[in-house]
Amino acid sequence: MHLILFIVFAGLCLAGALNLLLQKHPINSALSLVVVMTSLAVLYLLLGAEFLAAAQIIVYAGAIMVLFTFVIMLLNAGREERTLGSKAAVALGFPAVAAILAVIATVILKAQDLGSVSLSDGITSTEELSRVLFHELLLPFEVTSVLILIAILGAVSLARKGHGDQEAGK
Amino acid sequence: MTIWWFVLWSILKVLVVTVVLLTAVAYTVLLERKVVGRIQNRWGPSRVGPFGLLQPLVDGAKLFLKEDIVPTSVYKPLYLLAPVLALGCALISIAVVPFGNPEVAPQGFRIFQISDVNIGLLVVLGITSIGVYGIALAGWSSNNKYSLMGSLRSSAQLISYELALGLSLVGVVMLAGSLNLRVIVESQAAHGLLSWNIFGGFQFVAFFIYLMAAYAETNRAPFDLPEAESELTAGYHTEYSSMKFATFFMAEYANMITVSCVATLMFFGGWTSPLGNLIGPFQNQIINAILPIFWFVLKVFFFLFLYIWVRGTLPRFRYDQLMNFGWRYLLPLAILNIVGTSLWLALKQ
Amino acid sequence: MNTDLLRILPETILVVAGILVMLIDASLPPRAQRRGLIWVAAPGTMLALWASLIQLRLDPGTAFFGAVETSPFTIFFHVLICGIVLVALLLAYDTLPRDSHHQGEFYALVLFGASGMCLLTGAVELLVVFIALEISSISTYILAGYRKHTGKGPEAAIKYFLLGSFATGFLLYGIALIFGATGSTQIYEVAHKAASAQNHTFIVLALMLMLVGILFKVSAAPFHVWTPDVYEGAPSPVVALLSTAPKAAAFALLLRVLYQMLPDLRSLWMPLLWVIAAASMTIGNLAALRQQNVKRMLAYSSIAHAGYLLAAFAGLADKGIAAAAFYIAAYAAMNVGIFAVVTLISGYDEHLPLVADFRGVLYRSPLLGSLLIFFLISLIGIPFTGGFFGKFYSFSAAVGGGAVVLAIIGLLNSGVAAAYYVRLAVTVAQKPENGMSQAALPVPQIGVAVGAALLFTVGATLWLGIAPEPILRAAENAAHALQ
Repeated sequence: MHLILFIVFAGLCLAGALNLLLQKHPINSALSLVVVMTSLAVLYLLLGAEFLAAAQIIVYAGAIMVLFTFVIMLLNAGREERTLGSKAAVALGFPAVAAILAVIATVILKAQDLGSVSLSDGITSTEELSRVLFHELLLPFEVTSVLILIAILGAVSLARKGHGDQEAGK
Repeated sequence: MTIWWFVLWSILKVLVVTVVLLTAVAYTVLLERKVVGRIQNRWGPSRVGPFGLLQPLVDGAKLFLKEDIVPTSVYKPLYLLAPVLALGCALISIAVVPFGNPEVAPQGFRIFQISDVNIGLLVVLGITSIGVYGIALAGWSSNNKYSLMGSLRSSAQLISYELALGLSLVGVVMLAGSLNLRVIVESQAAHGLLSWNIFGGFQFVAFFIYLMAAYAETNRAPFDLPEAESELTAGYHTEYSSMKFATFFMAEYANMITVSCVATLMFFGGWTSPLGNLIGPFQNQIINAILPIFWFVLKVFFFLFLYIWVRGTLPRFRYDQLMNFGWRYLLPLAILNIVGTSLWLALKQ
Repeated sequence: MNTDLLRILPETILVVAGILVMLIDASLPPRAQRRGLIWVAAPGTMLALWASLIQLRLDPGTAFFGAVETSPFTIFFHVLICGIVLVALLLAYDTLPRDSHHQGEFYALVLFGASGMCLLTGAVELLVVFIALEISSISTYILAGYRKHTGKGPEAAIKYFLLGSFATGFLLYGIALIFGATGSTQIYEVAHKAASAQNHTFIVLALMLMLVGILFKVSAAPFHVWTPDVYEGAPSPVVALLSTAPKAAAFALLLRVLYQMLPDLRSLWMPLLWVIAAASMTIGNLAALRQQNVKRMLAYSSIAHAGYLLAAFAGLADKGIAAAAFYIAAYAAMNVGIFAVVTLISGYDEHLPLVADFRGVLYRSPLLGSLLIFFLISLIGIPFTGGFFGKFYSFSAAVGGGAVVLAIIGLLNSGVAAAYYVRLAVTVAQKPENGMSQAALPVPQIGVAVGAALLFTVGATLWLGIAPEPILRAAENAAHALQ
């Protein structure tokens, strides 16, 4: 049962990712990304990480991607144009990606003696997760707030009009 | 063998809940027309059946038989996807809501809840947040200015108020120590009315934040800017007709019901009796099973009535007022509530 | 817990100072000048520098469950980064447009970015490494696009941001594979598990991916393409910062990953870095020869310097780390200095961007002209300047590690590099053309703050060139701590 669900949603995830690349219309790409995020959430669920799955859906599919579509709608972005440069990028990029994938796949398939790293049973519950987050990983967790603060500060300073514009506005 | 029983039971539960929910949606519409009618000193629908009780059926038939128009310049794939997404998300979240006493479980299958998930509350919030796409895509794919304006307003509004909504529930989660809706209700069951979160848990601030954010989340008056008729014709569903329009309509009312269910579960003790153990448990097992459902439905009905009452009473907000209110008052207040609740919990220990 | 907090004291001070700048900025009336915020930013940085020195009294060790570390190594880089940031702040104070309303954001971003860089040097948990790297990167992305009204500013920011995020993605993938291979993201534990692992292919793959991310940040050869465009588009005070401080932090990370996490794979990464070092020097110098724009030329020169520095990685552990650390300090001193001088000569809005425009600077402003020539001499690597000893230690470490050919390539490259440095120096010293009225150009004003910054960099460059022993000893202590 788990295997079937895994195959279905892993396939959906890959299909979404490919569609994201191949679609010419930005809004279709954004929606494909939503599909990717949601199927990833299901994969987390299959691993027993319930909280992570829900957080993935709420944060990525529900908030960040909504903003993406929001911006695309506001800009009313049209279809992508294929220029010479983008064609060249496709011609070079796909073989390069294939090569990297081949290398990674060979290494992973060859590595037999890898210990299986799995989430222990205890860590999946929300309570255990928060214990790890606020105990062993306290510093990374707290430092992330500085990262978000910078991102906000940067967004504001990029979006704010320069003082020249302000003068013009008044 | 047991897995097939499980699947069968689950399908049955899904079917029953969906049918009940859709019926409830239809009659909530009727209730709204009736109550708003009385508020405005008129009768509301009264012709079809006794007291107009058959009106929803007739409405349904009318919408079903109307000509289905797809405007020429819409972006068809998304135009068709949007209503499905809206209604789908609205219906799914009811799956984690426990309606009645979970101990009523013949052969180990809980009858009154489709799925008892550990993170039930997050599932509701997550699916609600996905529901935004229905509205956003509807407006954009319609290729109509009113629709786009409506859907932009709606997306911005939903994202803004989702924060306050989620944060207002954190206090309750901290009190119960779980995200499981069943556990949250059971944590309020001890002394009836007095142990409900809104009274015993001192979460009345959180409750009012939740209530206001929920009104905004469901695009209901006084926050119904996305479909403000006087300025945007019909907002994001201007270009939809017939059953597609009806789908959005149903999604809106299904969302109202879900939100009322969550309010009941989180703040008003869910299926537990307000009288606590003063009456019951009874000898008759069937009454013991039915009575919690009665309380639950009564509380949800109260919230639906409140919805309609507010709609009949309050004028619509202006858009900037709406945004200011959400970000500058509700959100800080919700955070303060979390701080207060955690302090209280810490001192109590 | 008490010592835990002491071990992140410099970062905490920088963040608090950044938040203070933000809060004061927001509470000032909209039309008020924001320059005075330097009185929060600069003392904050000095306090952080002092806090780093205080950490010398602590026993080396980790804090927060093995997430960060304090050791002579981290303190060396903390002091270096705080010093660079202080100079950059002073430089910005005098050269940013006075009526700009964005100065508060500028100072806050610099301080936050500095905290990320400091944390990056101290992090021994790969998750913290990633977050710290992002903090330092995002602040520099935004600072690079600080001149929004010009066409080149946003272009620089966008290019830097897109390529940088892509590179960070590689780093993150590498970290994920490290976790997959060893079941840990704590550098000591990874080192322990990697040493006892039989099959290294997985770890090698992870290392390759991580190297892509880190080498991008230090602008080494195949990952250097962003450098000239970003340096050209970003305002010069920002370039002074972003060509030195984030690079120092990234080099610290590179040292930590290679020498502390995976020292057993030396036979594998050493040849790789050999190639990258040789390529960086050669590409950087050859491209710099052709540049007409001063900032682009210095950008390519910084790629070449990354190559000289990477040559030290061919050295054996002790010597190699010490040489690299020393080179970073020397490079930082002279590079910040030269960008300070270039800022003053070309002006904030860069009305004089080209090499030809620098003609006769020595006559317009003898002080700036001679300072520019001084820093160019140091960049060439002539004795009695920091650049000389930097190159000397780096190449001798390479020779000590058996990479004689690399050292020879480095020496040849230094010869090529001398050509374009001397070309600029000669242009500066040339008499102004008769046709061009140099009198029309204003003589750059040197304010008190920028004067202090220049004094500081000149002093540091000279000190490193005349009496390098104390710094070298600190670098050796740092190297020792990393083993």
